Amino acid sequence: MNKIIPVLTVLAVIVAVWYAAAIRMNSQWTYDQAARAGTEVTLSTLVKDTLAQERPKLPAPHQVVAELWNTTVEKKITSKRSLVYHGWITLSATLLGFGIGTLGGIALAVGIVHNKAMDLGVMPWAIASQTIPILAIAPMIIVVLNSMGISGLIPKAIIAAYLSFFPVVVGMVKGLRAPDQMQLDLMKTYNASGAETFWKLRLPSSMPYLFTSLKVGVAAALVGTIVAELPSGATRGLGARLLSGSYYGQTIQIWSALFAAAALAAALVIVVGILERAVLKKMGMAQ
Amino acid sequence: MGMVREKYSGKNKDISQMKKPVIDAQGVDLTFQTNDGPVHALKDVNLQVDKGDFVSFIGPSGCGKTTFLRCIAALETPTGGKLTVNGLSPDEARKSRAYGYVFQAAGLYPWRTIAGNIRLPLEIMDFPKPDIPERVEKVLDLVDLKGFGKKYPWQLSGGMQQRASIARALAFDAEILLMDEPFGALDEIVRDKLNEELLKLWAATNKTIAFVTHSIPEAVYLSTKIVVMSPRPGRITDVIESTLPKERPLEIRDSEEFIKIAHRVREGLRAGHAE
Ligand SMILES: Nc1ncnc2c1ncn2[C@@H]1O[C@H](COP(=O)(O)OP(=O)(O)O)[C@@H](O)[C@H]1O
Ligand SMILES: [Mg+2]
Repeated sequence: MNKIIPVLTVLAVIVAVWYAAAIRMNSQWTYDQAARAGTEVTLSTLVKDTLAQERPKLPAPHQVVAELWNTTVEKKITSKRSLVYHGWITLSATLLGFGIGTLGGIALAVGIVHNKAMDLGVMPWAIASQTIPILAIAPMIIVVLNSMGISGLIPKAIIAAYLSFFPVVVGMVKGLRAPDQMQLDLMKTYNASGAETFWKLRLPSSMPYLFTSLKVGVAAALVGTIVAELPSGATRGLGARLLSGSYYGQTIQIWSALFAAAALAAALVIVVGILERAVLKKMGMAQ
Repeated sequence: MGMVREKYSGKNKDISQMKKPVIDAQGVDLTFQTNDGPVHALKDVNLQVDKGDFVSFIGPSGCGKTTFLRCIAALETPTGGKLTVNGLSPDEARKSRAYGYVFQAAGLYPWRTIAGNIRLPLEIMDFPKPDIPERVEKVLDLVDLKGFGKKYPWQLSGGMQQRASIARALAFDAEILLMDEPFGALDEIVRDKLNEELLKLWAATNKTIAFVTHSIPEAVYLSTKIVVMSPRPGRITDVIESTLPKERPLEIRDSEEFIKIAHRVREGLRAGHAE
C-alpha cells in the first residue's frame, strides 16, 4: 500500500497535465471552427470540444483508452484493425531478432574473451556499429533484402538483432571476465582446461550480467522492429500503425499504438526479469 | 633428477639419508619485471621439506612467502635455481595432482552448495561418479562440517567457509597442502580453533603442509619447521626445526619450550628487519 500511493500520485499528476495540455493544444481548432460559424466559445464548450475532437493534435487520455479498448477487446484478433494482431506481428519479429541477437552476442563475447585477436579486432566494430543511427541504416537493410526477395519477418528480425546484440556482447564480456585471479588460479591448480574453466567458472559467473543485458537487449529489439516497420510500406505491425496513423492524421491511432508498444516493452522486460529471478534462485545466487 | 638428490643428500647427510624431500629448492630466484623496474621477490632460496613436515613461512609482507608458495604450485616460474616437487618439476607435479592449494579467501562458488564446491576438483579431475559422494562426505567429516553439504556458502560463517575450502583442497587426496594465510581474515578465537583442528587433520592424514602466516604463535604452534623470511630481496634468514612434541594441546603455548622457539622466530624477524 505504501508503495502504491506515490505511484498513483505521480500517475494522477501526469494525467492532469496531459488533460491540460490537450485542451491548450486543441483549442486553436475549436476557436477556428467557432470563428467560421460566428459563435462564441465558452469555457465549457472549449473543454467539451477539445477533449472530443476526431483528429486532435493531442488526444485526451480517455480517447486513447477508448481506442485501445476498441482495438484490442472489441475487435477479432485476426482483424487488420486489431492492435493485438499488429502487436503479435511486431512481437514475433522482436522475439526472433532478440534470439538471434542474444545468441550472436554471446558467441561474440565468448570469442572476445578467449581470443586476443578478436578482443582487439571485434570490439571496435561492435561499438562502431552502434554509432550508426538505426533510422539511417534500417531502410537500407530493408531495401537490400527486399531486392533479394526477402521480406516480411526476416528483415525486421535482422534489425532487431542488430540493436539487441550489442548490450549482450558488452554485458557478457564483462560477466565472463568477472572471475578474479584467485578463482582462475584455483582452476589452474586443478589443471582444468579452458573449456572446463568456461563451463564451470566463467559461464556461471556471467549469469547476473547476462540477464541485466537481456533486459536492455529485449527493449532494444522491440525498438528495432518498430523502426523496421516504418519505412517499408509495411501494413502490419505496431510500426505500420504508427506510420499510417501519421499519414492520415489519426493521432488517436498513433497514441494507442505507442501505448501498445510501451506495454509490450514493459511486458518483455518483466518476463526477462522473472526468468532472471528463477534462474538465479535455482543457482543459489538470488539476493 | 638423480643429480639433484645426490646433491641434497650430500648436504644433509646427518638428517634424513633415506627420505627424499617432497619439496626441494636449490638457489631459487625470482625477479618480476614490472613497469617500475625489476622486483627481486626471491633470492637464493634453499629449502628441503620432507614428507609429513608441517612447514610455516613467516615474515613481513612483501618478503616473498606467497611467491614461493606459488612457485611450488607452478603458478609462478622461478627465473633461476632448481625447484622440484615430489622429484618432478612443479608443472609436472601440478598435473599429477600433487598438491591442494588453499587461498586466503575461501573463494567458494556462490552457485554451488558446499558439497558442490568440494565436488568441483573431483569433476575436473574425472573421478568416477559413484565415488564422488563418499569422498565429499569423508572430507566434510575431516573438517568438521558434517551435515553442511547442502548449504550454500552464504549460509556459512567465514570460518566455516574456510574449512569448506580446506575440504575442497583435501578431496582429491593430494599429498601436499599449500596454504597461503588461510586464517588471516578470521578473528583470533576462530583462528585458535581452526589451528587446533588443522593439527588434528594433519596427524590424521599424514600430509605435508606448507603454511604461510603473519603470526608468530600460529607458526610456532603448528610447525615442525619454521622458515623465517625477510624482504628486499625476499630471502630465507632462518630455518628453525621445532622441538615441540607432535601432540600439541593449545596450552602448550605457555610452555617454556614454546616461548623459546617464539623468541628465536622474533629474533630472526628483527634481524631481517635491521639490515
Ligand atoms: N605478479 C607480480 N608482479 C610483480 N610483482 C609481484 C608479483 N607478485 C608479487 N610481486 C612482488 O614480489 C614481492 C613479494 O610478494 P609476495 O610473495 O606477495 O609477498 P608476501 O606474500 O610475503 O607478502 C612483493 O614486493 C610484491 O610486490
Ligand atoms: Mg602473501
